Amino acid sequence: MPFFKRRRFVSIVGPKSRVPDGLWMKCPSCGQAVYRAEVEENLWVCPSCGHHHRITARTRIQYLVDPESFRETHTNVDTLDPLEFTVGEVSYLDKVKKAKDKTGITEAIITGFASVEDVPTVLAVMDFFFMGGSMGSVVGEKFCRAADDAIRERLPIVVFSTAGGARMQEGILGLMQMAKTSNAVRALNEAGIPYISVLTDPTTGGVCASFASLGDIMIAEPNAEIGFAGKRLIEGALKVKIPEGFQTAEYQYQNGFLDQIVKRSDMRAFLGRLLRYLAPNRPVEQPVQ
Amino acid sequence: MAENSNENSNRKPVSDFVLPFERKIVELEALRDKATSEEERATIGAELERERTNVVANLTPWQRMQLARHPNRPRMMDYVRRVLDDVIELHGDRLGGDDPAMITGIGRFRGRTVAVVGQQKGDTTDERIRRNFGMPHPEGYRKALRVFEMAERLHMPIVSFVDTPAADPSVESEAHGQAGAIARNLWAMLRLKTPIFVAILGEGGSGGALAIALGDWVAMFEYAIYVVCPPERCAEILWRDIDKKEMAASALKITAADLLSLGVIDRILPEPGGGAHRDPEQSAQVLTEELDRFLGDYCSKDNWDPAQRQQRFRRLGHWRETG
Ligand SMILES: [Zn+2]
Repeated sequence: MPFFKRRRFVSIVGPKSRVPDGLWMKCPSCGQAVYRAEVEENLWVCPSCGHHHRITARTRIQYLVDPESFRETHTNVDTLDPLEFTVGEVSYLDKVKKAKDKTGITEAIITGFASVEDVPTVLAVMDFFFMGGSMGSVVGEKFCRAADDAIRERLPIVVFSTAGGARMQEGILGLMQMAKTSNAVRALNEAGIPYISVLTDPTTGGVCASFASLGDIMIAEPNAEIGFAGKRLIEGALKVKIPEGFQTAEYQYQNGFLDQIVKRSDMRAFLGRLLRYLAPNRPVEQPVQ
Repeated sequence: MAENSNENSNRKPVSDFVLPFERKIVELEALRDKATSEEERATIGAELERERTNVVANLTPWQRMQLARHPNRPRMMDYVRRVLDDVIELHGDRLGGDDPAMITGIGRFRGRTVAVVGQQKGDTTDERIRRNFGMPHPEGYRKALRVFEMAERLHMPIVSFVDTPAADPSVESEAHGQAGAIARNLWAMLRLKTPIFVAILGEGGSGGALAIALGDWVAMFEYAIYVVCPPERCAEILWRDIDKKEMAASALKITAADLLSLGVIDRILPEPGGGAHRDPEQSAQVLTEELDRFLGDYCSKDNWDPAQRQQRFRRLGHWRETG
């Protein structure tokens, strides 16, 4: 791909994953006290039970792409406050500023070009530590631009989702990003560009009910929470007991909504294979009658 | 719809539910009905008109939310019966389910056949339960989708009526793929090569509403609301206090005027004083004229193209570009 060779590469080393600091940490799944360094060494997967911890977008990109191959795009798309939304004394843009300072990234999605196992691809990775990964106008716009890039460059697109849903502080415009991103998937589909959607913990609400569920290939990480309505809402509304394992990746897989559950340690190799086999083909010429 | 045609025909207010700010209207209505002379009736009638206008002139966003959820507010089928000349209901998603919360069919409108889709909340307690308070299951969204696709094949415009608090939040709906069903509808509505008219009647509740609301033309009744999430939930999450729901309703910008200025809807449909439930006939007339304009002007344009719908949603959002 001459495209990649032309550009200078940007380092993708970002802030550490936001698991509480300290030498030891307790696994929320198995309760084991484990060496923090050992968990980190293990790609933030519990060495004792295999629980996949949440990681930042930067960390994920680092685990995933070929060294030095990531080139970030669309960092100039910045958040506005269309509703002048304020809670108490704190404005929406104050909250965004805090999230930027905390995470070192500009919004809840990072987009770019990369190669995975030598296959070039467009990549979009959401970050749950930026305002719960919520989807506002910038997430929607960057998603659409990444899709445009994939269509223009005839590259596949891989999207890692994690979100609590639409960004409430943008009101109806947050909701409209569901339509906007679904439209981008429509454009990818019509252009014959492969779209691999990877759901990570958690992918719920409006993100789950739009682009994240529209992949040509649907993958999830183990134990990711995946669903539309929140568990508390379901329990509260209907006074029912939620079944064991409800809204996990494994549950969605069993119900037929996922192609595969792929461990973090296997993700790069798996995506490499998948991307190689899916790389956009030219449509077969129709024989002349 | 044929089999339900007696359900709430000649609709009377389905309950004696009265919101605090409606009390004076109801008192005046009772007085007018008891009036002994034409003169007295006219005097009270004039005062009633003034009161109806006054009440709605100063509504807070939360009060509009209450009006949008009013149990007497006209439902989808109240409009369908008044706006369309004839309707044939179509049942089932062809995948094993038929969701009463979502009604689909074909209808006649001024000599033209249209596909009809919408959420029906229900009037009586029994009907409300049967229709799950207008909260569709995945089966409902898939039923809507297969009618959308039929409409495209058979060159019918689509008329979609939106009135739902939310998509059904239940274990069963999750197991049947609620998220994927909504996503697939969004995707499809942006692809369909047939004109789509959307009317927000009462509650436009989040993704559950959006999944049938992507139109070439989106009209919204004056006191309807359209939200990213219910103000109660927003208050719980952002204020950590459900009692701040009125504040959340204001902050979320949920009124028709807000949505028009944000470019999310195309037209506000005026309601009679006091709200649509004070005069459903008049509201239906307004909707009829709007649909007629859409089908007459918009759809007859030679250059009609779903690309316009796609671009509309591509543009939505507010952001800025730095450096
Ligand atoms: Zn563990």
